[in-house]
Amino acid sequence: MAPETAHVKTIGFDVQGWLGHRAGQHVDVRLTAEDGYQAERSYSIASAPDGDRIELTVERLDDGEVSPYLTDELTPGDRIELRGPVGGYFVWEPAVGGPVLLVGGGSGVVPLMAMIRTRAADGGDAEMRLLLSSRSWDDVIYRDELAGLAGDWLTVAHTLTRSQPAGWTGYGRRVDAEMLTEVGPGPDARPQVYLCGPTPFVEAVAEALVSLGHEPHRIKTERFGPTGG
Amino acid sequence: MSFISRGFRGRPRSDADPSRLPPGQYLTTDYPVLSAGPTPHTPLDRWDFQIVGELAEPRRWTWDEFRALPSEEVVKDIHCVTKWSKFDTHWRGVSIDTLLDGVDTSAGYVVQYADGGYTTNLPLQDVTGGKAWVVYDSDGAPLAAEHGGPARMLVPHLYFWKSAKWVRGLRLQAEDEPGFWERNGYNNYGDPWREQRYWGD
Repeated sequence: MAPETAHVKTIGFDVQGWLGHRAGQHVDVRLTAEDGYQAERSYSIASAPDGDRIELTVERLDDGEVSPYLTDELTPGDRIELRGPVGGYFVWEPAVGGPVLLVGGGSGVVPLMAMIRTRAADGGDAEMRLLLSSRSWDDVIYRDELAGLAGDWLTVAHTLTRSQPAGWTGYGRRVDAEMLTEVGPGPDARPQVYLCGPTPFVEAVAEALVSLGHEPHRIKTERFGPTGG
Repeated sequence: MSFISRGFRGRPRSDADPSRLPPGQYLTTDYPVLSAGPTPHTPLDRWDFQIVGELAEPRRWTWDEFRALPSEEVVKDIHCVTKWSKFDTHWRGVSIDTLLDGVDTSAGYVVQYADGGYTTNLPLQDVTGGKAWVVYDSDGAPLAAEHGGPARMLVPHLYFWKSAKWVRGLRLQAEDEPGFWERNGYNNYGDPWREQRYWGD
């Protein structure tokens, strides 16, 4: 188990009989209390395929029913019920190729990170660009790993929407059409776009991408996080 | 057979009637939005609704014609495969029975098709007999685009992916034809009471 930020933790699981997964898929976690009460939630797999081991990155929601258990209660050696992998649409694998545009809001970066890690491990030649929106520099999940991977096939652009550190020269506002144009790739490159985060974020960014001329069917969206109205 | 998750207590049990909550679901008072792609926006003067396929004469209504059809208020519980359920959701729309009134068909299946390319499939008997509607008002106001407006299907006895947002028509078919999510890992039928979420359930 490893903390990513103050509210976010990555947890590794050894899953007997795991049949493998593709980047972007998720698992369903089910918890059972002693009185038989059960709660189920879905979590994107954060890790690239790696034998029997998977990693989930979980954001602790103060009023959550499952996430506080996973981040605060679970200790190494505990067992958990999970089911998956689930989902055949919001998936990237090397055969899909590039260029790839990944746009994440907060913990929406988790399935996108699985895609980046898969690309890092499996080679292939897809070019990837990640535009990651976070509240502040301390809230950026996978911050150091992304800095380490950025290079010839991966471009990472951050926008910090609530506060920026002293001397910050990056973006400091919500993702908009102008930012997407600067980060690229443009619609002429026909990128496969994966967009993940809270619903208002996904809604706004998808609209901006379509307004820039990206084909709607090349924009795959996954909306999650707390159930925002 | 499930085991006990050490130390898990769960939320204090709410007053919600547990017999209304299918297995694995939790109650929400929010209104989450989930879809696979951007929200389509079809202007009403270009919108139409059609019934095509296995019937003698295809049917078509413009928006004005559709709004002139007999409609009803519907209050239903809805259940999303992503685990949230919402009780007593309010809608207004047209019953599929009204749209199919007088239609003679040998079709056993129906595919809902929608703007943006989404499809979902059902046995025909799951949209007839007072089980399904095309709705255009939600909570007394026009259905918002991100929730499926101007009109979406409402098939509340199944997981909500079986109720296509931005629906533009029904295709009556002799053969079943798995739709978008059905081809991407989700159950062909989707009964929340038997927890039919994924392939193999």
